[in-house]
Amino acid sequence: MTEPTRADACIVAVAECFRGDGEILANPIGTIPVIGGRLARATFEPDLVMTDGFARLAAEVHPVGTEGDDDLPIEGWNPYRSMFDVVWGGRRHVMMGATQVDQYGNQNIAAIGDDPNRPKVQLLGFRGAPGNTINNPTSYWVPRQSAKVLTDSVDVVTGVGYDRAAELDPAQRRFHEIRRVVTDLAVLDFETPDHRMRLRSVHPGVTAEQVQDATGFELVVDDDVVESRLPTDEELTLIRDVLDPDGRAEQEVPS
Amino acid sequence: MLDKMMTEDEVVARLEDGMTIGIGGWAARRKPMSIVRAILRSDLRDLTVVSYGGPDVGMLCAAGRIRKLVFAFVSLDAVPLEPHFRAARQSGAIEADELDEGMVLLGLQAAAWRVPFLPTRVGLGSDLFAVNDGLRTVTSPYPDPQTGEHEELVAMPALTLDAALIHTNRADARGNAQILGPDVYFDDLMAAAATDTYVSCEQVVATEALLDEGPIQTLRIPRLNVTGVVEAPNGAHPTSCQPDYEADDTFIGAYVATAKDADLWASFLADRLQADEATYQAGVAR
Repeated sequence: MTEPTRADACIVAVAECFRGDGEILANPIGTIPVIGGRLARATFEPDLVMTDGFARLAAEVHPVGTEGDDDLPIEGWNPYRSMFDVVWGGRRHVMMGATQVDQYGNQNIAAIGDDPNRPKVQLLGFRGAPGNTINNPTSYWVPRQSAKVLTDSVDVVTGVGYDRAAELDPAQRRFHEIRRVVTDLAVLDFETPDHRMRLRSVHPGVTAEQVQDATGFELVVDDDVVESRLPTDEELTLIRDVLDPDGRAEQEVPS
Repeated sequence: MLDKMMTEDEVVARLEDGMTIGIGGWAARRKPMSIVRAILRSDLRDLTVVSYGGPDVGMLCAAGRIRKLVFAFVSLDAVPLEPHFRAARQSGAIEADELDEGMVLLGLQAAAWRVPFLPTRVGLGSDLFAVNDGLRTVTSPYPDPQTGEHEELVAMPALTLDAALIHTNRADARGNAQILGPDVYFDDLMAAAATDTYVSCEQVVATEALLDEGPIQTLRIPRLNVTGVVEAPNGAHPTSCQPDYEADDTFIGAYVATAKDADLWASFLADRLQADEATYQAGVAR
């Protein structure tokens, strides 16, 4: 078996985001998030419910790249209409991408620029980010951390961060939780008194200084920064043989 | 017995400049593209379009037919960002009402139920209130059982449509439409939210044959909500229409390439998209 890579550390870090979630819909979006979510389900969170990438619920974990295949074992139907029932009912933890994330976890996937009527760069749009963040736990995946992505201030708040949530009434924010941000360098969370972003762990081979240098604001950094754990032998076998046999994670986060 | 059969051009002749039109499907999936192409052949303009957007939105933007777009995203699936839509936004060519994709569902549902809004937490704390001037909140008249507080919620306004355009797998001539693929998306809500709904379909079948290919749960659009039916084999092309066919990513790639060059787009529009439907289909035969 090959040695664990940076991509493997990212996969495990994603899996750890779903630890303790139990029987909820784990909805990771992106190559490494999908592999990591399935790794959690295949090991320490066997009750997680996951889609096939489209309108069906997959009965078993399956390799990344087989989303929507006709021959996947299926345990349920989850068209978009049902997904909103799940989201607004709070039985889901989503991991989304982000073009920008700030120190309180505000996310932007809509547009770059100051003028909402004429954006400098039009991105996807708000998609489901406002509804996700106000209704169920949300984490973010950043495959190439930089000070442009982890930025001092997002241009448009699509996903709601902790400072915005704090301005709401308690009833309005009661289901708001930004759990973690996993990047190619580190794992970050908001487990600080004022919910500012904290360095939770650095991936093996990365220093806290490197993470700070690739961040556009000051991170909360504890005195003893721990390393993200690498996959166990069992996990590495699952990744190589079952979840990512084509090595797609390596394309998203090259060694 | 009512026979609602018509052509794409007859559908478009019933639409008027300035109308609010819902377009069904999702991104590059089950879009009523043959009717969109008929709009491109017509001089219909100043439309307000409500769409879970795909190439329908991009083509109508690039051809200058959209005045205002109500959207949560526009995507081509294999190509995540729709280049013609982006160009229209970045040049300020269209007005935009940006929403969360679940709010579009709620707006259509409110219109379908003929209520002015539906309450939701979706949008609270986000910049939707900064970019969407018309969005308002509403205070619950009911105290919370635990706290006694009256919660303030977002009041998603009804998205009432003058017309809805949707594409399905099968339909009968009376307008009972059948979706054989894995997702209805929000097509049934669009049909219920619209004054007139026009359904294009892969194949028109006899009413008694509607259950030949799928169970009763696939009959999601009742003729109650349908004004016209168009038989349009491969009508969703280049988007997918599962299980009948997948998206044509090669064609979508060629369409995407036209966003880099105004002359290329002009000839693509005139020679490919604005050709009559039979010519278009002959050109994309697989």
